[in-house]
Amino acid sequence: MYDSGKILVGIIIFIGLFTSPIWYDLASGESSNKPNIILPTNEDMKECVASTEYMRASHMDLLNEWRDEVVREGNRIYTSPNGKEFEMSLTKTCTNCHYNKKEFCDQCHDYLGVTPYCWDCHVEPPKTESE
Amino acid sequence: MLEQVLKGTKNYWRWIFFLSAIILLGFFYYLEQTSYGLGITGLSRNVTWGFYIAQFTFLVGVAASGVMVVLPYYLHDFKAFGKLTILGEFLAISSVAMCMLFIFVDMGQPFRIVNVFLYPSPESPMFWDTIALGGYLLLNVIISRVVLDSERKSIAPPKWIKPVIILSIPWAISIHTVTAFLYSGLAAKPFWMTAVLAPRFLASAFSSGPALLILMCLILKRITKFDPGKEAIQKLAIIITYAMAANIFFILMEIFTAYYSGIPEHIHHFQFLFVGLDGNTSLVPWMWISTILALSALIFLLVPSARRNEKTLFGICLAIFASIWIDKGLGMVVTGFIPTSLSEVADYWPTIPEILISLGVWAIGFFLITIFYKIALSVRREIVR
Amino acid sequence: MDENRRKFLKLTGLGALGLTAAKYADLFGNATPTKLAFDDSDTKIRFAMVIDLKKCLAKEDCILCIDACHKTHNVPDFGNPKDEIKWIWKEEYEHAFPNKENYYLKEELKHADVPLFCNHCDNPPCTKVCPTKATWKRDEDGIVMMDWHRCIGCRYCMAACPYGSRSFNWRDPRTHIKEISDDFPTRTTGVVEKCTFCDERIAKDLMPACVEACTEKALIFGDLNNRKSNIRKLLKENFSIRRKPGLGTEPEIYYIV
Repeated sequence: MYDSGKILVGIIIFIGLFTSPIWYDLASGESSNKPNIILPTNEDMKECVASTEYMRASHMDLLNEWRDEVVREGNRIYTSPNGKEFEMSLTKTCTNCHYNKKEFCDQCHDYLGVTPYCWDCHVEPPKTESE
Repeated sequence: MLEQVLKGTKNYWRWIFFLSAIILLGFFYYLEQTSYGLGITGLSRNVTWGFYIAQFTFLVGVAASGVMVVLPYYLHDFKAFGKLTILGEFLAISSVAMCMLFIFVDMGQPFRIVNVFLYPSPESPMFWDTIALGGYLLLNVIISRVVLDSERKSIAPPKWIKPVIILSIPWAISIHTVTAFLYSGLAAKPFWMTAVLAPRFLASAFSSGPALLILMCLILKRITKFDPGKEAIQKLAIIITYAMAANIFFILMEIFTAYYSGIPEHIHHFQFLFVGLDGNTSLVPWMWISTILALSALIFLLVPSARRNEKTLFGICLAIFASIWIDKGLGMVVTGFIPTSLSEVADYWPTIPEILISLGVWAIGFFLITIFYKIALSVRREIVR
Repeated sequence: MDENRRKFLKLTGLGALGLTAAKYADLFGNATPTKLAFDDSDTKIRFAMVIDLKKCLAKEDCILCIDACHKTHNVPDFGNPKDEIKWIWKEEYEHAFPNKENYYLKEELKHADVPLFCNHCDNPPCTKVCPTKATWKRDEDGIVMMDWHRCIGCRYCMAACPYGSRSFNWRDPRTHIKEISDDFPTRTTGVVEKCTFCDERIAKDLMPACVEACTEKALIFGDLNNRKSNIRKLLKENFSIRRKPGLGTEPEIYYIV
């Protein structure tokens, strides 16, 4: 191979740049904190709109569906798989129970280095228990 | 072919570094705009489209003008344009790239642009504009690649490229028509809602684009061995003459209908442009400069000795390019908003960040043109033993 | 390049093209149908608003509707006309109705402060031009809605609106909201916003915030398709005007002068 020295150096630099998000995350230290989700403890906050397995895997899809249903179809009532009715709202339903964003949402999001931009517009719940 | 870009004279590299510096400066200010918001520009609730969209509108015209070289050569066998068609196509690619970048920097949420394709809206001229511009870019990339590649191998281009090139001719007309439709269908803006807007756009495109092409050919003639030939330059000059005459004619038609009908809604925009309105005279000197440049350019073009002298032709083409840049850019886009739909006189002037970001995009365009022309000319030198 | 590699790349490219083409299968089914107004036989709702200017002008320097709306919907106040965002605002009569020039206008109306809103037109030019349908006319009640998730901030709708009803977030709105209301989201930099006839309150059978806040009962909101509604009665018995009706937009805000 011609210029093998230059090419190898170039490849190493490229790999370094390409994997830089991993180094950045490791350096920032946030990713070293394993998620420690704290669930709400009230009796009336025991049942979520769907099962834990589904929410773990697809809460983003559910929120997107809710968004389109409410904003574009004007349909605000969601019937959960076990027949219970909820209002499709991030701030009125989800964070009504999961009112501490730092102890719940941020735990996994920070660990994975994800910043969902929902909170640019939707108002974050107050840290204390809501009314 | 691409390796040709890395070989060049000292001046070539000085030019590349100069452009790169402007691009970096523009990019830095674009990051500022991303963090602060579009409020960093001079735009406001009343004047919502300004310098960026003005550049976009002007450059769509320049992009469409490639057809002025392609049409005579491919449809009418005008052999003199043989050396120019590839330059016209490269100019089209660089211009469309700049158009798309100006749209990108003007968007409030640029990373959502994919929504235009996820949720197609056939009622919106903007939807069709993205398709038209994207298609035109694709066409020119394919055509220039195939034609230049064949030239490099000293063989005739494959037969299937001919219909693609023919397609690019009506497509070029359509990109500028669709861009005009963005404006001319809006009942809210009487200054824009005129049937003559699309023809005006085309006429000014076919003057400003070939003018830029002549300017670049004359510069290339000076700094390289490239010479498109006197016949090609003169034919382009004649095309510009007719197009400029049509352009000025259309503007005069607009002024007649506005002033003779006496409708204040129509007159006020021209008043704002040429004498000022309610104390706002921000565009008045610019419009008069544009008018004087346009008229004197046309007069000189009509004088054969001036047209044939390449030194005066250089000045004429500069004048035309500058005149139409003012008229189509600031003169058309901003004036649509002043006075507003509520008959109020608003204010707009681009801010420093806005200008620097725009310069950055222009520098990207010139960067692209430089490397494309470098490739094209290097390929040609390879063939000429 | 190797023949097989070329074939593979060509097939991959065509495949990618085919997948994206499938998205466009319902291309022409997406256009919003324009409904003509005055279709009384419809069981659909057609929301509209009547502004009784006589009652409104009786209370001088009143901005209760504006304050209520902007507070309810977290509309920021930047304190300068360049960045300003307003869903409801007041404009001089001559600018609110620029096509009704009259040097000998009735004295009360000369330079009178008229409250202006989004007209929720029946034939809206703004929804026509939106390239992503981030704004559209709701079929079931005629409200011209906004989807702030989808808006790309191109501001074409702002250019198309003949009434200046739309505002753009030139900066981060959160920095300039006095008191953020928990009940409604804010918007973010780079999207267009406007009055949405309080669709979130209507969903709960409440009146729009501005209507509720008006102490003079000058704002009357209702269903035009319901012949027995209050606004139908008002429009039958009083002379009313609309802004720039000649443009064919069919604005649904009526002013009793």
